[in-house]
Amino acid sequence: MSVADLSGKIPNNVDLKSDRRLLRALESWQPKFIDWWMEMGPEGFQADDVYLRTAISVDRAGWAHFGHVRMPEYRWGIFLADPVPDRKIPFGDFAGQPAWQTVPGEYRNMLRRIIVTQADTEPASVEQQRLLGQTAPSLYDMRNLFQVNVEEGRHLWAMVYLLQTYFGRDGREEAEDLLHRRSGNADKPRILTTFNDPCEDWLSFFMFTTFTDRDGKFQLQALAQSGFDPLSRTCRFMLTEEAHHMFVGETGVQRVVQRTCEVMSEVGSDAADVRRAGAVDLATIQKYLNQWFSSSVDLFGGERSSNAATFFATGLKGRFMEEERYTDHVCLEGTYELPIVQGDRLSVEQVPLRNAMNEVLRDDYVDDCENTVRRWNLVLQNHGREERLYLPHRRFNRRVGEYAIGEFGETRFDPQGNLISEHEWTRRRDEWLPTAADLAFVKGLMHPVVEPGKIAAWIAPPKKGINDQPFEFEYVRHPAA
Amino acid sequence: MAESSAPQPEISFRAHPDHYVHWRLRIDGDVAHLTMNVQEDRPLRAGTVLKLNSYDLGVDIELADAYQRLRFEHPDVRCVVIDGALPRVFCAGANIPMLRSSSHSFKVNFCKFTNETRLYIEDASRHSGLRTLCAVNGTASGGGYELALAADWIILPDDGNTAVSFPEVPLLGVLPGTGGLTRLVDKRKVRRDLADVFSTLAEGIKGQRAEQWRLVDEVVAASQFAEAVERRARMLAEEAAALRPDREGPGVALPELVCDRSEPDLLRWKYVALRVDRERRIAELVVRGPDAAPTALDEIRAAGAEWWPLRCFRELDEALLHVRFNLLDVGLVVLRTEGDPDRIMLVDDALGEHTSDWFVSEVRRLVARVLRRLDLTARSLFAIVEPGNCFAGTLFELCLAADRVYMLDDTGLDDDERGVGNRVRLSEANAGTYPMSNGLSRLATHFLQDAALAEAALSHAGYFDAQEALAAGLVTFAPDDIDWEDEVRIALEERASLSPDALTGMEANLRFAGPETLETKIFARLSAWQNWIFQRPNAVGERGALTCYGQPLMPAFDWTRT
Ligand SMILES: [Fe+2]
Ligand SMILES: [Fe+2]
Repeated sequence: MSVADLSGKIPNNVDLKSDRRLLRALESWQPKFIDWWMEMGPEGFQADDVYLRTAISVDRAGWAHFGHVRMPEYRWGIFLADPVPDRKIPFGDFAGQPAWQTVPGEYRNMLRRIIVTQADTEPASVEQQRLLGQTAPSLYDMRNLFQVNVEEGRHLWAMVYLLQTYFGRDGREEAEDLLHRRSGNADKPRILTTFNDPCEDWLSFFMFTTFTDRDGKFQLQALAQSGFDPLSRTCRFMLTEEAHHMFVGETGVQRVVQRTCEVMSEVGSDAADVRRAGAVDLATIQKYLNQWFSSSVDLFGGERSSNAATFFATGLKGRFMEEERYTDHVCLEGTYELPIVQGDRLSVEQVPLRNAMNEVLRDDYVDDCENTVRRWNLVLQNHGREERLYLPHRRFNRRVGEYAIGEFGETRFDPQGNLISEHEWTRRRDEWLPTAADLAFVKGLMHPVVEPGKIAAWIAPPKKGINDQPFEFEYVRHPAA
Repeated sequence: MAESSAPQPEISFRAHPDHYVHWRLRIDGDVAHLTMNVQEDRPLRAGTVLKLNSYDLGVDIELADAYQRLRFEHPDVRCVVIDGALPRVFCAGANIPMLRSSSHSFKVNFCKFTNETRLYIEDASRHSGLRTLCAVNGTASGGGYELALAADWIILPDDGNTAVSFPEVPLLGVLPGTGGLTRLVDKRKVRRDLADVFSTLAEGIKGQRAEQWRLVDEVVAASQFAEAVERRARMLAEEAAALRPDREGPGVALPELVCDRSEPDLLRWKYVALRVDRERRIAELVVRGPDAAPTALDEIRAAGAEWWPLRCFRELDEALLHVRFNLLDVGLVVLRTEGDPDRIMLVDDALGEHTSDWFVSEVRRLVARVLRRLDLTARSLFAIVEPGNCFAGTLFELCLAADRVYMLDDTGLDDDERGVGNRVRLSEANAGTYPMSNGLSRLATHFLQDAALAEAALSHAGYFDAQEALAAGLVTFAPDDIDWEDEVRIALEERASLSPDALTGMEANLRFAGPETLETKIFARLSAWQNWIFQRPNAVGERGALTCYGQPLMPAFDWTRT
């Protein structure tokens, strides 16, 4: 096991102190990161003591280290999963050869692109969520938000470590640029569209952490397979944190549904009555689900992709659980049956498997999301209700790939994945996606609750607290005025 | 994907803004907005999908048409703003699957045409003061950036995403062959080492660095992009107005040309006819002189598109493109003229006299451009000068463009047998009105050994008979009437029997003596290398980069360097 060094400015298990060049680069980046965090991190809570988990090593015990800490003083560190001895490149044209410990020159630019694209999502989500602390439904939820935020910050550190270690001057410049782009800013937007979408209420936050962080999970899983070993090790450790983000999202929505069920058993299922009673009606929850799932599905990229083929061929990005689930790791033979739009109908095209790798990964993602929705439906079932939430079809409401809405809205799908006319879309859009009125209603529910043990009326309390603490625990302490 | 060998449907080069498929042209005072909006499901040849504003020949035909019409039909327009209709992508360059599935000769001719179009954009700026501003409102890769390079000014938004790039070498194993490499270092004076880095970096360069490296002229914040484009368009339009204050409306409409195709293997326009002898692989291009030759400006303007030099050379242009794209196995084009040479002299007088009139200047530029297209047509060109010809002045340029000139020597005949005799003549128009790609007149290039020879020919009073023309070095051979028919027949048959590839290379080397220009470098060095690379297994072999691009298999190179 690698030894964690917690004595320096930057906790790490990569023996940073013996690499003076890298140490200098990271130490000069650190104040810029803090500046970014102060400007774009959670607004209004930088002086609060937050009950946070900090990674101090990669084994189970060292990773679950809890204590109150002010966020700007959080010990963002660099931790890679322990190396696998004699690891081999698991797939692609070089399958079976020793994994690369340094960047192969011919793939340097491609790898940098992959890492930068992943890295950019980490600060982006912090930016998207920066105002949510001000309307948290409880201190418990507020703490979870901040935990997610600091860990996204640590993910940024992990990616910046790779950029600065392996990509020379270009990597250092990219590391700076990661702090310069801003989510939703037309002049310097984040790279991926989804990460420029506003996330302004807590239902959106829970949907985001359910669906968008889950994209993160699958991207990290695919990169954890990489023949570039440092990337693989970095992603493997990030995955442990990502699991918590999805937990926050999934249980968040679950508690919203729980509360809605409770209200419905008092006032009935009429949406207006549910809303009047201060809860979110199921139809609105479904619309939020549709919105965030469809936006997250885009993140996997085009269904037919020469980049995807190249990334697989060169051993840079694999499939979900490549080694465990597949026997053919070369994938030059198979094809993927992809329904594509031809005129006013869909017809199946055989896409070479390598070119369909984005879609292969998306399949696993969609399955995972189905399971999540199934668990949410258990809440409805346990309350003896007939209504169910559903996952919209992956073709619904897309902005990227084969099913993207054309320039003039010529390609539209309903939530079941059927091609529909532009007219039909316009007629039914408000049934499927949040309207301005829906957004305003949800926003209207967002009153902060900061008294320990109390919670807003639109969401049920969690079953248990964090790290065996009770729900009433003071997860966030505001400094005395 | 294999090259298709099945006969392809004939390609038409006609276009009109009312029917553009891939471009939107909007004219707003002195600024025209030309928006690239490639319809992916409407390629010129079925079977490819024109994704991400990638272009095929059909897209470029419309672009060339747009510039031609702006020059003639909209003299008030002084700046063209080119942008793209897609979010995030300006133009992805030439469509790769289309290139991959095209025959070699199509690829070469496609590239040549697109090169001519970009040079035409620059010609419009230099001579008509029609400036082009490229608003790169999304990533411009490969041919997309090469299109931008033809503009006078390139603006890029600094949004952290939008880049200019040349992915050809790193991803496709070919060159940015539409003038890209040449314009980087010759036109934009990008430092050679930086150009080297840029040309191997698939993802390209964005933001401030693009400006620092001189790859673009202006980088602005995305939110100020539209405003900056408008401001710059105004500046360019005003600069252009000062350069050519004479350009003002009304314009001259260019009606669709009429071509009679009723006889097989014969295309007959009003002044140009093309007769194809498929058996012998020879085409005969006959240019007829004018029926009338007005010299007064108001008469010329009244004639408009019907004015002989304009109509005739538009027709010749269409005929040349037809030869290039639709008559692939015709190896030799015989050039002939018929008509009254005195009338050509009158046309040349008018062309020379009214240089301050924008319309007359536009016609001169058009004639010059069509003549360059003739120079660049990779077919053997033999001019045949017989009695009744009108190889005079402007039309003598056809002789000067030809690889050889055969002139029937009738000086031995009696005067009453001869009539006015077989004769040719020069005019001021041969002194530099129609420069070649090398920047020189055809006459100066022809007499590169001694400028005095050109001077002497120009100062020769009146017509040259065959003996005089031969002595002056204006024609290659002057057989007399006894030998004429046999000599010509044998010359044509011999020429048509030689290796077409060797002839293409030989002619291209002999035609462009003299200095190098951006244009000659593009057509000689860049295109020649590109055409070589296009044939090489490292590009188009089973594991070549072009073959493998977008396919599951990665390229595998033969590492031998030449
Ligand atoms: Fe993350
Ligand atoms: Fe996350």
